[in-house]
Amino acid sequence: MDITQESGKETRPQWDNKIQYLLTCIGFAVGVGNLWRFPYLCQIYGGGAFLIPYLIALVFEGLPLLYLELAIGQRMRLGSTGVWYSISPLLGGVGIASMIVSFLVSLFYNTLLAWILWYFFHSFQDPLPWSTCPLNQNRTGFNEECEKSTSVNYFWYRETLNITTNIETSGTIQWTVVLCLASAWCIVYICFIKGIQSMGKAVYVTATFPYLVLTIFLIRALTLPGAVDGIKYLFTPEWEILMNPQVWLDAATQIFFSLSVAFGGLIAFSSYTEEKNNCERDALLVGIINSATSLYGSIPIFSILGFKATSAYNLCKDRNILALTNHFDFPDQNITRDNYDYWIDHFNQTHPDSISGLNLRPCDLQAFLKQSASGTGLAFIVFTEAVIEMPGSQIWAVLFFIMLFSLGLSSMFGNIQGVLTPISDLKMLPKWIPDELVTGLLCIVSFLVALIFALGSGNYWLEVFNAYVGSVPLLIIAFFELVGVIYVRGMKRFSDDILFMTGKRPNIFWKACWMVISPLMLLAVLIAYVVLQAAKRPTYPSWDPSYESFPDTKTLEYPDWVFAIIILLCVVPIVSIPIVALHRLIRGGIRRSSPRSELSAYSNGGFDADHPESYNQKPV
Amino acid sequence: MLEKLLILLFASNVLAQVCMPDAPEAYKVRLSIKTALGDQAYTWNDNELYLFRATLAFAMRNYLSGQLFDVSNILVCNETERVSFWFMVKSVTNPTTLIEKQHVENAIKESRHRINSAFLLTDQTLEFLGILPTLASPFVPATPPWLIAFGVVMGVVGAGIVYFLVAAVVQRKRKKTLDEEEEAKGATENEIAGENLDGIYNTSFSDDEKVTEM
Repeated sequence: MDITQESGKETRPQWDNKIQYLLTCIGFAVGVGNLWRFPYLCQIYGGGAFLIPYLIALVFEGLPLLYLELAIGQRMRLGSTGVWYSISPLLGGVGIASMIVSFLVSLFYNTLLAWILWYFFHSFQDPLPWSTCPLNQNRTGFNEECEKSTSVNYFWYRETLNITTNIETSGTIQWTVVLCLASAWCIVYICFIKGIQSMGKAVYVTATFPYLVLTIFLIRALTLPGAVDGIKYLFTPEWEILMNPQVWLDAATQIFFSLSVAFGGLIAFSSYTEEKNNCERDALLVGIINSATSLYGSIPIFSILGFKATSAYNLCKDRNILALTNHFDFPDQNITRDNYDYWIDHFNQTHPDSISGLNLRPCDLQAFLKQSASGTGLAFIVFTEAVIEMPGSQIWAVLFFIMLFSLGLSSMFGNIQGVLTPISDLKMLPKWIPDELVTGLLCIVSFLVALIFALGSGNYWLEVFNAYVGSVPLLIIAFFELVGVIYVRGMKRFSDDILFMTGKRPNIFWKACWMVISPLMLLAVLIAYVVLQAAKRPTYPSWDPSYESFPDTKTLEYPDWVFAIIILLCVVPIVSIPIVALHRLIRGGIRRSSPRSELSAYSNGGFDADHPESYNQKPV
Repeated sequence: MLEKLLILLFASNVLAQVCMPDAPEAYKVRLSIKTALGDQAYTWNDNELYLFRATLAFAMRNYLSGQLFDVSNILVCNETERVSFWFMVKSVTNPTTLIEKQHVENAIKESRHRINSAFLLTDQTLEFLGILPTLASPFVPATPPWLIAFGVVMGVVGAGIVYFLVAAVVQRKRKKTLDEEEEAKGATENEIAGENLDGIYNTSFSDDEKVTEM
């Protein structure tokens, strides 16, 4: 560990080298969302055309925010709580909000990793367990629930989750999920056991391995039949879609959440780097690599989806061909996939009644391509189904789930760091407790709280957390971050900071973005988001085998008490901002004589050698 | 009166001997040779049909042990280009009656694999309509394989955690003893330094504090 002693401050851990720091930031930004959310958005918003709002959002919203966080963390050399406190004690709540959000997100994010581990463990079997249905009780046929839906759906909903019919029925704790959850938290712990020293080593693997696997998948996927159809479908631009404001909103939110700003993790990471580091270049690198990864990853994903659509299409055709051949007693293989259309037309003219009696399912490739899924649906249902058809399924399944796991693990690093750094900066725990114990305690507490996701209704709760914790609070935090740095600290002072760190002032583009464009965009996104969410009562899809049109999911409304919890999840992180501000105001009003009594040990404003004028600065 | 009865009996006997589709004792068979074998497909002809009747007789012999079924006991009719046809099985003991469906079904189920193999076909490409293939029960290994994978991963992780924790504790103990040693040394060095009047290199400030304020 490289210990540097700076101007009277305590030893702060440091990265071994620049590559570790960059890889950690990239790993934090590039997560499972890049693989399973971005291609989905591309698909539903007409492929190539979606890239335009996406790139605009990246340039005007994502990169400026990223640059700001990396710069402020590197300059202040503190975690998120310390940074905002130093800028203004009234803003101290922003750091606490970041910490709470990081904690809540790490809870459900690690549950995703637990499920990925479960699938990974099950990929070592031949045949893959999700490829066949289990037999029913008396061995005469397959399990009913599995027959009606597919074996892949059954494996996900029944054997993995054992999901209940709605969010109110909690069901029992699934011990298998608990085991996987424990493994996931143990793996996170072992990577964090020595703080960033061990995490920095782990990140060499977790940040680079996904790219290797993506390349392997790319080569394999492009050789599959139907891959080209998938890619064509993905990238065919539908320019009319740009008129829809929802597209712009989704592009902006996707960029924002994809870069993992406002979690506090990026500030923590950059606080461990050296003072004179070109953070502008780092921000550009991280932002561009993040978007490039999304694009690069969507190609194999969609090749495989195209392959799956083609397989389903061929299966549909074969089923119809068999029905026709059997009904009309044609010789075997007279009707093939190629002349199927000719024969269908022929029969429709000559024997329309018998054709309709056969109940032939219409086979349309475009309809199969349109079947899109995002999130867990993409990884655990669509992709696993595609993998069954590929020769050598076990290898592809193993590779895929390892890749997802490392993507998620490197993002977990940022989340956990966003909780650990404030804990150590705020000195919430006594000094004699070693860091390993703090990390261990955090992992154990998180594991115990995350047991709610191991219940039968766990997946419903995860969707609640995913939709509400990681959305509105982050937008609000980011807005306060921008305002705090640019207006409270001051653009001039921030420019001086950047001059000190990188050797040149930020150019007009950055200034324009920070002062005007990004806050406006953030505000617009926040308002649009809240309005759209509040417009309708939130609903969720539930898996109910007794539903009439099962296997379609039944749409249920959230009950009132869950709605109250949703409001709590949105409000609790944010509420720390006004509470801390009020607290400081009251405190500052009562004790005007000693305004510096609350300053942290790291930044005693009176002895800031780089900014001698701060000696006279008043904290308010 | 008697002649009428005799004629009726004779007629029903003859009828009973004739294979009819949808008869209560008849089964429909469907073969999809091209689907199963592709280029290696053989053409269906009378010889193949003879083989089929022979294998069915074999299946009946196995099921009803003692009764020696022959090719002539298997009646076939309504052959189509699809390669599908109906068949019925005549009893050995009483040539005028037909074997009931249930017995035929059981016989075929028992020897299904042999019948399939004779024609290089599978349960899906050699269909007996009405006789569902018995589903092969999935192979369930003694230990679920996923537990093995889980055990391996957790074992490695657990060992790693224990190793790092122990190393951290050991390192801390070593650092503590080193600190204590340095303190003790430092006290004596000071006394020596006081006596030596070492003005050039003050050993008390031996930790590299290179940054000085102002």
